[in-house]
This record gives sequence, structure tokens and C-alpha cells, in this order.
Amino acid sequence: MGLRTFIEGWPVYRQLTGSDPLGRGAAAQSARSAELTARTETADGVARSVCPYCAVGCGQRVFHADNTVTQIEGDPDSPISRGRLCPKGSASKSLVTSPLRQTTVRYRRPYATEWEDLDLDVAVDMIADRIIAARAQTWEDSDSEGRPLNRTLGISSLGGATLDNEENYLIKKLFTAMGALQIENQARI
Amino acid sequence: MAEAHPVGFQWVMEAKRRGAKVFHVDPRFTRTSAVADTYLPIRAGTDIALLGGVVNHILTHELDFREYVLAYTNAATIVSERFADTEDGDGFFSGFDPETNSYVQDSWQYEGHEDDSGSGHTADERDSAAGMRHESHGAQVAGQVRRDETLRHPRCVYQILKRHFARYTPEMVERVCGIDREKFLELARAWTENSGRERTGCLIYSVGWTQHSVGVQYIRTGAIIQLLLGNVGRPGGGVLALRGHASIQGSTDIPTLFNLLPGYLPMPHHADHPTFDEWVDSIRHPGQKGFWGNARAYAASLLKAYWGDAATPENDFCYGYLPRMTGDHGTYQQVLNMIDGKVKGYFLLGQNPAVGSAHGRAQRLGMANLDWLVVRDLFMIESATFWRNGPEVATGEIVPTECRTEVFFLPAASHVEKEGTFTQTQRLLQWREKAVDPPGDARSELWFFYHLGRRLREKLADSAHPRDRALRDLAWDYPTHGPHAEPRAEAVLREINGYEVATGRPLSTFAEARDDGSTAVGCWIYAGVYADGVNQAARRKSRHEQDWVAAEWGWAWPANRRTLYNRASADPEGRPWSERKRYVWWDPEKAEWTGYDVPDFEKTKPPTYRPPEGAAGPEGIAGDDPFVMQGDGKGWLYAPSGVLDGPLPTHYEPAESPVRNPLYRQQANPTRKVYAHPVNSVNPSPPQEHSQVFPYVFTVSRLTEHHTAGGMSRTVRPLAELQPEMFVEVSPELAAEVGLAQLGWAHLVSGRAVIEARVLVTDRLTPLRVDGRVIHQVWLPYHFGFQGLVTGDSANDLFGITLDPNVLIQESKIGTCDVRPGRRPTGPALLDLVADYQRRAGIVAGRPGPAVTPGAPPPTRAADPTGSDPTRADGTGTDHGDREGRDAS
Repeated sequence: MGLRTFIEGWPVYRQLTGSDPLGRGAAAQSARSAELTARTETADGVARSVCPYCAVGCGQRVFHADNTVTQIEGDPDSPISRGRLCPKGSASKSLVTSPLRQTTVRYRRPYATEWEDLDLDVAVDMIADRIIAARAQTWEDSDSEGRPLNRTLGISSLGGATLDNEENYLIKKLFTAMGALQIENQARI
Repeated sequence: MAEAHPVGFQWVMEAKRRGAKVFHVDPRFTRTSAVADTYLPIRAGTDIALLGGVVNHILTHELDFREYVLAYTNAATIVSERFADTEDGDGFFSGFDPETNSYVQDSWQYEGHEDDSGSGHTADERDSAAGMRHESHGAQVAGQVRRDETLRHPRCVYQILKRHFARYTPEMVERVCGIDREKFLELARAWTENSGRERTGCLIYSVGWTQHSVGVQYIRTGAIIQLLLGNVGRPGGGVLALRGHASIQGSTDIPTLFNLLPGYLPMPHHADHPTFDEWVDSIRHPGQKGFWGNARAYAASLLKAYWGDAATPENDFCYGYLPRMTGDHGTYQQVLNMIDGKVKGYFLLGQNPAVGSAHGRAQRLGMANLDWLVVRDLFMIESATFWRNGPEVATGEIVPTECRTEVFFLPAASHVEKEGTFTQTQRLLQWREKAVDPPGDARSELWFFYHLGRRLREKLADSAHPRDRALRDLAWDYPTHGPHAEPRAEAVLREINGYEVATGRPLSTFAEARDDGSTAVGCWIYAGVYADGVNQAARRKSRHEQDWVAAEWGWAWPANRRTLYNRASADPEGRPWSERKRYVWWDPEKAEWTGYDVPDFEKTKPPTYRPPEGAAGPEGIAGDDPFVMQGDGKGWLYAPSGVLDGPLPTHYEPAESPVRNPLYRQQANPTRKVYAHPVNSVNPSPPQEHSQVFPYVFTVSRLTEHHTAGGMSRTVRPLAELQPEMFVEVSPELAAEVGLAQLGWAHLVSGRAVIEARVLVTDRLTPLRVDGRVIHQVWLPYHFGFQGLVTGDSANDLFGITLDPNVLIQESKIGTCDVRPGRRPTGPALLDLVADYQRRAGIVAGRPGPAVTPGAPPPTRAADPTGSDPTRADGTGTDHGDREGRDAS
């Protein structure tokens, strides 16, 4: 390496002579940082999404590679958030990739002191059987004057404000058809 | 707002940069206070007194936007001579029924409408949270009303309002709220000066406002101010609710709620709605003006979407299949029923009541007494592990080997692992694309409920039971894709939007819905989100490529309208009130409404249109009546029906308060919903004895770094690290009084629980001088629980269960407690401490104290149309300064 090359490679020289007088871009770049590539550039794709926390509805861009979320950033196109995210929204990648996430079905028998594993398909089937049994035990056809009730007060459900409209629609539709009236969500609290 | 909705708060800062003055009212100094022009610390639970003071300021000085008020509100309407105000009834309006602690509304009606309007007796409506129906429309008014355009008639709304708030003076605000009168006047002056033809002012609240026993009336008071100042339906105006979950608006519009069906159609009541016709007529009120007149089409189309081919005009579209309400089936009633062993199974879908709901111990005891519990969540939350890790295990109240509840934990897919729409807090639907597959057994709710329904239908396919017909006939055929047979969310969105049954063509607007079975519409107010077969919620035209209204980003209900009632942004003749505040106006050349937003008015109805005699439905709305979903087309300063605890807001003390109500002998909202269940209790308040056992006020709210019950934040490393521990904020004065040390421990005791927290001594909280004495308030975050990376006691354990009568939301922004230094006891000693406080406070389990304050005998029921109103003659309310037990401490 000649002296000239050495001087020209010196960040202060580049800052004074180049196009980056404030030294916040090209002038500050090292050989190593020049070789780095942003995760957002190597992503397989980017999904246009919305922050899952509060109801402001900030736009998110979800970058992913090999079926893994690699980065979540604010969407600068959004007229609501203009690319910004708060501490929670900025932590969304940590949320969805958290090692604490439960990814298998867990089952606790009555009076048990520990969890067990359970096959998902079996679990859904067991739940369906319990719904049918609860309806049979608690069904009310009509009131004391013979007016229809068509319901069970033996089944309750809570939650929906973190879910999609399409999901809430199916939940309400199915519970209503099974006569389960006691459906509530965070809007009540 | 800066704490809980930081990114939304950037717009407040933009407004401030352009000269707006920002006022922040909060019991606690926060990041919002730090950048506000003026911060007003307030005694929690006194917002109606503060806002009522603003109303009084406006009316005393005649600062209302008179042209707007006269033309667009019911200020000029004459009210029945049978109406009596709380000012004459010492805290009671006319029509109070002491047997049910609720009102008969006949005497509240407009003159001449005493018998044909209103909902009559409101006790049933309280149980079914009927106030929520009005989220998309107002209550009804039949026919014509009498008006006095001079606003001088003693019974016109304007004069009633003036008398009602006359005692809400700056001095009274200071006495009730602890807000210095000069600071109050600064707020009142700024608000009124920034309203009118050229300017608009905006009122923003977070939904802590709803968590009071008078929550709906808080918001009513804000709406009255905004109507008086002409700040509704105009750009830069409005009453903006900042809601706290990504799609909590969506889950109210498409309700997973017991009392509603999609689009705010009421769930039928067994006695009131025996037939389809009676149900529909109770919604549309034949002869009623406004757009709600088409309710039969919305109702028929919903049932058609539910039961498809089986739903025909001949069988009333399977109306008989709908389950019927008989009373209160809300979440708190359910929990008490669980404790009593009446509920077999419970689903938790991304909600964590063991931490997030009031009276955590009641929640956990209820869940410990089920046959089975299904928890669907991203993380192992407290509501799934209460049987082994909950505080009741430590006290011996729950013994795992004796706890019978069978628990299924099913992992859920996250927001990036499925596609679908969220509806954010301003009614805007935004479609999310899917990024990756969910891990392991994690599935979307769409998957779970579709396949659960499929399986139930298979198992019941041959059932002969009449109760299974609604499931067997259900239209439950959704296309699926992928290895797990995930249902197509867009197919569901299309059904929500609605379509023509014969052709499958998606509807473009709810005006295309029919009542003959030819259309199916899952949620009529969402009609248009899939117009032309295009997912309008997925639109993402950059903000740089469109105007500031950004109408091509997502889709807002109804009809992609961004500001509701925006006809009010133009004057009665259809011209903008001012050039600065131009938004929607009448174009006389094209003979249509136009502007930046989708006009909230029939497009070609001219401002000069006057309805013919007896016109109903949309035809009955005049060309200068902007509030098209209201029965009389007017904004309601005074609500003759629809609000169950009064046509006007009145200051009541919270259910638990150390202060005697300075305004009325009636202490708290007499219509509040209380539960006389052994697990529930209310700490005594004056004039009851022993209120000094719980001398301090506590309030709760969110931290920027955590979310609700912590299931999505105490499990996330960066967030857990930023706010690692449960704490309580106390003022230096209280710390000295109680003997608390910075970063030491304190424990807080209520009649329900004792919790501990680390102490943060800070002047973010300040003692307030109220009615001649000092009131200390402490603040707690409500995010903590016993699972996750960071844990702590739950603030919500301190609360009892008392609800707002309109919407059955609990009072969980204020309670009373004692504060003691050091850590709380553990094990059975913890129960002994709470029991000792209960004994000292005279709390008897299951006896929550009288709704009507002793010494304030309610006026006798004034529903008898032949008799005069006794509340006017009995001399109550003459001496507000001489009350028994006022200084209980």
C-alpha cells in the first residue's frame, strides 16, 4: 500500500475531500462495513403487515428468508405511521421469533400436577367432544313460558381483540350456531 | 398518548409544531405531560366535573358556535315538562325506580314524545349492555319535534343544559378535581378560542375513560363540548378514542361479544324479540328517520350469510336458530357463574384474564372450577398455569391435586404467520400479508375454528336433536390451501363484505343489501371492503402519492369514509364554514356533494331538501341534517334515550372514593351494575363508615414498553429488559407519610387482595387538595403476572367488580387501598391480612353496599303521566354543604 493510498483511505481525508462532509456515510465506511449487506437486501421477500400491539395500526414491512422472519421495519409509505414504530412495534421480530413461544400442544389432565404432550389432531377432536357433551348437559330449548332460548350457558369464550376480523367472524358464526351465547373479548374490559 | 400510543402521538407533535396548544389531563405526569403546553393533574374519577366546568364556561359566556349549534344539534328541541334534572333531585333524574336502581325514560323524552319514544324501563337494557348498539347509530326519535330557535324556552335543551351545569364553576372544579381554577380557565379559554368557523379543536381520550362506573357519561360530556363548539364532522375536530389492541375495533364491529351480532345488530332477547319481525322492528322502528330504516335488509342478509340455502323468507331466514339473551351474560357474570360451577368449558383466545381482568382472584378461582379450559396463545400465559403457579396455590386456595379443570394449551399463529385484516382505532381496515408459516403446532384462529366447526358438523351429521340443526344447516364451506388446509381469509372477507346470492357478485355498498334472501352480508357496515372483487383493505398507495386524507390506504367503514358526519364540515347551505377548514361541500353546478373525503350524506340530496310530511328512513332526513344515523338528524347535546344513566352527564364519585360527592347527596352512579356474590366486595366510601381504612386512591395504566397483561411483552427480551419489575409510583409526601423508601418495597391492600411492588418515589404524582383535605394518589402498571421473563404481582387483583350500566365495562381505573411499607405476607398469612382489613372496614362478602346513598332517598318513580313530578316539590338538594358523614376521615 502506497502512502497516497493510505492517505486517501483515511476517513478524515475522505470526509474533507469527498461528498460526505459530515462523515455519516461513505466517508465513515470501512472495508469491512463496505462488504456488509443489510438483511433487508438478502430477504426472500417482504410482507406488508401491521403492528400487532395497540390500535394505532402502524405499517410494518416483514422481511423473511428461508421461512424465517429476519427483520421487521416500519413502513415509510404508511400515512398513519410514516415508517415509525414504538419500542413494542420495534420488538415485533423478537416477539414472533421468541424462544419462549409455545409451539406444541400441552395438556393438563384433571387433578394432574404436570403438563403432558398431546397430538394437535387429537386435541381438536377431544375439544369437539367436550363441546357436544357440554351442550347436551346444559342446553336450554325454551324458557318457562315456552319462548325459545336455543342456547347453552355452559360454554364461555373470551378474546378477539388481538385477532383478525375474518377470525372473529368465524368464531362468532360458529359459537352462535352452537348456541353458545357467552362470547366476550377485550372490548368489554 | 405518548406512553401508550407513541406513534399516533407524532400527529399531536405535528399539530403543536403548527401552533396547536396541547393540554394533558392525567392523575400522573407522563411523557405526554412532558411535551404538553399545560399539564393538569386531576383526581382520578372526576372528569365529568372538569368537562362539565368547560360546558358551563361555554354557556355562561355564550361561546358556543351558535350557527352550528342551532342547525346541527338538538339545542332548540323542547323537552317534556315531566323531566326533572339531577340539580333538582340531588343526584337523581326523574324516573328513577328504586326497586331496580334504574330509570324509566318516559319523562326524559322530547315534548309530545313521552309515550312513543325511548326505551321505557332500562333495567333489561343494562343487563344486555344495550348502549353498545349505538356504536354505529343513535337511538330513535319518532316524527316531528317542537323547537325554539331563539333558545329561550325554559325547557329547550340549551336552557336545560345551562341549568344542569350551572354549579360546575371553576371553584367547583377546583373543589372536586383538585385542579387550580386558573389552570382550569386556561384550558377552557384555549379550547373555546380554538373552535368556531376558522378553527377546530380535538379531544383525544384513551380507553381508560371507559373503565369507570360512569364511563359512557365521561365520553358524552366530551361530545357535548365538541358539539357546542362545532368540532364534530370537521377536520381537526372530533372525539378520538385511542384503543389498545390491534383489532379491538374490529372485534366490536364483528363482535365476539354476547349482546351483539355483526354490524351492531342486537343479539335477540327471549322476551322482547320472539319473532324475526319484532326483532327487526326493534332495530329499525317503523316510521323512524335515518339510515337505520333499512335494518331488515341487514338482518336478513346476515342470517343468509350464516345459514345459506337453509335461510329463506318463508322460515324467517332461520331466525329461530339464534340463541336468546335473558339477562346479563357478560364476562364478569360468567366468571361468577364459573365459581358457582355453572360453566363447563371456557375458551381463551389471546386474552389473559388472570392478569388483565378486574379481580384476578375471582378470575383464577373461576377457571379452577371448570370441566375444561382451552387456551390459545403465543406464550404460556398465567391463565393457562394458574392451577400450578397462581397466587392461590401459595395461599392454599387452589390445590393442584384437587383442581378438576382439564386444560388444553394450543399454540397460536402470530400476526406475520397468517393473513387477514385488523381494524385500527379509526375504523380503518388494513390487510396483512403472510410472511412465514407458523411453527410446529401453531395455527391461526381461522384454522382452529374452521376445522373445529367442520368436525362438530361431521360428528352431528346424523343427529336428530333439534338443537343441532343450526350447526348442521350452517353455511360452513370455505376454500382451504396448503399442507394444513388453512382456510382462505379472503373468502371470509368476501362473505363479510356480502354478495349477491344468485351471481356471487360482491356488493359495493350496504345500500345493495336486500331483505328477500337475494343477498348474503356477514357485516353490513363492512360492505364495500371487497367491492368489485378487489380486497380494498390491501390497498397500499404510498402517502407520498396521494393527498392528506389518504383515501387509497386501506379501507374505512362505512363506505371508506374517513371522518364521520362530515356533512357538518359545511354550513347549512352546503358551503365550507371557512376556506381553512374546507372538507366536504355541496357543488351547485354538478348538484352533488363533493370534497376530500367520501361525503357522509346522500350524494345528490341538496342542502335545501325538506322531507315531506311523515317521511321515514333516509327520506326523512333534511338537506341540512348532518347526523344521518340519528333519529332526528341532529347531534345530541341531550340524549332522551340510548344512555341508561341519564340524558345528561352528572358528576358521581367512583364506587370506591375517599371523598364525599361535593355536588349531590347521591354519592356514586345509582344505576351502576353491582354483583352481590360472595367473592366480590366494594370498599366503603363516605358517607358509609370505615372508609378511612382504605385512605388512598390507586390508579393504573400502561407502560410504553409493555402491552396489556404482558403476554406479548413480558415474554419478549428487549421489552422485559426495559421494564423488568413491578413498581408503584408514590409522591415524596406520601412516601414520608407512610414511611416508604426509594427502591424499597411497599404492599397495597384492598378488600380483595394484597399485592407488593418496588417503590418509585417521584413528583410525577402530586398530592391534591380536594374539598379542604389532601388526597394522595398512587399509580401502578397493570402488566405484571407470575409467568414470563419478568414477573410481579398483578395490579388488577386489587379491584372489585363494579360496572358501567351502559356497556358493562368495569371500573378499573380507580379504587381505594391502604399502602404499607415492606413486602406482603405470604401463604395463609396473606389471607389473614386481607380478612383483617375486611373486618375493620365492615366489609361483608356478597353485600356490596347500597346503590342509593343512605340519606339520599331517591325520588319516587316519576313515570306516572298523570301525577306531577315529586322530585321538584320535595325540597331535596337545598343544602349541599350540610351532609352527614361528609368528612368521614
